[in-house]
Amino acid sequence: MSVIAPNFKLSGFIQSLLDNIFWILLLVVLVGVPAIFMILFVIPLPVIDGELLTPFLAFSALVNPTRLLPIIHAFLTTDIFRVMAFPGFGFAALLAASVIFVERKMMAKIQLRVGPFYCGKVEGILQLMGDGLKLISKEIIIPAKADKPIFWAAPVLFVATAAAFVALIPVAPGWVVADIDLGLLGVFAVIGFFPIITILSAWSANSKYPFIGGIRALFQMVSFEIPLILSLLGVVMLTGTLNLSEISASQSSFPWIIFLPIGAIVFFITMLAELERIPFDLPEAESEIVAGWLTELSGMMYGLVQLGSYLKLYAFAALFVVLFLGGWNGPMIVPAFPEQIITEGIEMGPIVLTIDGLGPLLHETITQEMLNGTLWFVLKTAGVIFFIILPRGVFPRVRVDLLLNLGWTKLIGLCFINIFIALGLLYAGVLGPGGLQ
Amino acid sequence: MTTELPTDITSAAIHMDKPSSSWLPPGLALQKVDERIMTLNVGPQHPGSGHMRLIVQIDGDYIVACDPDPGYVHRGEEKMAEYRNYITNVPHLERPVIHDSCNVLYPYVLGVEELLGIEVPERAQYVRVIAAELNRCIYIMYWLAIYGIFLGHSTMFMWPAGDRELLIDLMEKMTGARVTHAHFIPGGVRNDLPPNFEGVCLRQVNYFEKRIKEYAAVFYDNPILISRTQDTGVLSRQDAIRLGTTGSVLRASGVDFDLRKKEPYDVYDELDIHTNVMTAGDAYARSKIPWLDMMESCKIIRQALQKMPKSGSVRVKLKPNPKGKGLDTVYKRVESGRGSLGYYIVSNGKPEPYRLKMSVPSFRNLIALPYLLKGEKLGNMPSVYWSLNYWPVEADR
Repeated sequence: MSVIAPNFKLSGFIQSLLDNIFWILLLVVLVGVPAIFMILFVIPLPVIDGELLTPFLAFSALVNPTRLLPIIHAFLTTDIFRVMAFPGFGFAALLAASVIFVERKMMAKIQLRVGPFYCGKVEGILQLMGDGLKLISKEIIIPAKADKPIFWAAPVLFVATAAAFVALIPVAPGWVVADIDLGLLGVFAVIGFFPIITILSAWSANSKYPFIGGIRALFQMVSFEIPLILSLLGVVMLTGTLNLSEISASQSSFPWIIFLPIGAIVFFITMLAELERIPFDLPEAESEIVAGWLTELSGMMYGLVQLGSYLKLYAFAALFVVLFLGGWNGPMIVPAFPEQIITEGIEMGPIVLTIDGLGPLLHETITQEMLNGTLWFVLKTAGVIFFIILPRGVFPRVRVDLLLNLGWTKLIGLCFINIFIALGLLYAGVLGPGGLQ
Repeated sequence: MTTELPTDITSAAIHMDKPSSSWLPPGLALQKVDERIMTLNVGPQHPGSGHMRLIVQIDGDYIVACDPDPGYVHRGEEKMAEYRNYITNVPHLERPVIHDSCNVLYPYVLGVEELLGIEVPERAQYVRVIAAELNRCIYIMYWLAIYGIFLGHSTMFMWPAGDRELLIDLMEKMTGARVTHAHFIPGGVRNDLPPNFEGVCLRQVNYFEKRIKEYAAVFYDNPILISRTQDTGVLSRQDAIRLGTTGSVLRASGVDFDLRKKEPYDVYDELDIHTNVMTAGDAYARSKIPWLDMMESCKIIRQALQKMPKSGSVRVKLKPNPKGKGLDTVYKRVESGRGSLGYYIVSNGKPEPYRLKMSVPSFRNLIALPYLLKGEKLGNMPSVYWSLNYWPVEADR
């Protein structure tokens, strides 16, 4: 006993308990109560048993946890949740992080090595976290002659623009941050921002290699934007809408890739170029211009650009899925939630547990369609991302002149063929009004 | 692209164009500022340079002039050799190219044997041939890995770097060291082959050959690689000879020149060697010749294993501190992984060489770089530069 507690005194023990209670109460009063107030201020207050939920009533959730369900339900329907968590930034960042891990392991398998292995015990799953910590802890060095405000702003703008791109993607029926009628035009507008941010960052660094890299990025992105936009016109003609949710919904019976394979291929190639991925990673060509327009970025500024570029990768893959692979459509494979749990509760011997707020939650927000749609969307996006990553293990880098030649002649020509196919299908009556579907 | 050869080779460097009274090191001399021209210092701290600097002047995407500036890893090997006797020179003379350490020692050992008048046993000669060919493959794999990453092909970096281990294991079995073997000594080789080496060697080399044939699918037949490297940095047959290039660069320009066949040393004249020659003279041909050479090396190793005497001495007993016979000179050269590598040794009858001069292929190939890069695009710089089979440390000695 003396080993475990050498100087044990009852009075000291009681005092420490009281101390802990004091601090817990203080924190609850100073942090917990204001936090609950603020949450209830933002979300529309739910009605429980015919009684409006007040902040004071919210404390009753401590006694009956099922009372939290209406609060959760109300929170899930807010815009904040959509922007921060599910179809928006959090979901995309989670997918982007897993893309980085999968990319590393996949490259390792292609190149006959093991990849990240030690960090996180299981196949190096925490390597990304370690890298992030390293980037955060590094000093940010800014070139002396750099145009500092713009140089600082560029990485943040890059992530913000990538997040704006993510906001336009419909993940499941009704689950989209910004459901606007001109969604596809919005996508083009957002894509048009990336070269501007790149050249801002490159030029403001006032250094040679970033400058060359920025100019290359500008060349590449601007010249590939035209085939990018043209390749999507076929889909727009056939669906007659620019709303991404409606385009997604229009593919309930078959995806557009069946009718417009050329458009899909052209879009995929331009996507690789817009994402600066091998074989089109000229703006970051290591052996020629060090790291291209990322050369002078250090520490978390570099980390932000990497985060932005992987968010962009997810967004482009998701756009491919929405436009050509049918978005969230797919066979219903998620099983339905047993209804008698909602209506009758769970029988556990003599006790019957009824959960009050479960019905609205499962019928209005986390529905079977939503889960199924998200599952299919994630599966298809993962497939597209696999094919985006794959060229990195197989191809070397192309040269600027070959790249521009490809973009301006071959891809644009293929785009026009694609448009003619779409027009032909439309006028022959195969698709569109009176056709299939 | 046209390569205009000036009459004087030293005027190739851009800082020499304008004669000035106060000479400054390259890159420091004042130059007339042209608004269109941007000067890039590629190296020495640049992922695409190696231990050297390329002063590249670009006009837009086109290279106007390129001035290679080697010398960052000069170690004074030649001077060091004058203070050590013939045996203790062995370990440090292989330092310039540790990946090709047998071949870089080979001409030195041959020269010293001629100076001392030693006959090497036949088994030792075969062991040397096997070690030299294995080391050539090890060097070319390393070179190929860097060529891959220079072109942005990360798989072509990892595969050769991994497959190289097969042969490194063999060399470790044979010599006890993974890269710096110091295995060749005047009078033969240091140790006899370990027991059962022949079987292991044959197995590893066969697997190695099968493996490098797979590189064609991912690298040499890759359409993007071909479109990038074909017709870039073309070195014509005449220019290749006049600039004094050697090895794979010379053979890629259509000159059938291989010292193993033209001036056979040791037992190379008893082996059937095929010289790989391509006539294009572009970066693609220069990158493909070493790969073909590796397959040829595998064939040579198999022949040597077959013809080698199964037993016998591998080393002649030397007197302590061997001396040359009075004032005597010797020049010996061999075909290394990069080309003809020669040693000029002057002896004055003392245990140390009076003078030792290395004629290294890397430096001879580097001379072609300014001519090849002039008028090329900046994107072609890594592929042309590394296709010259250049090893910066060897050029600086």
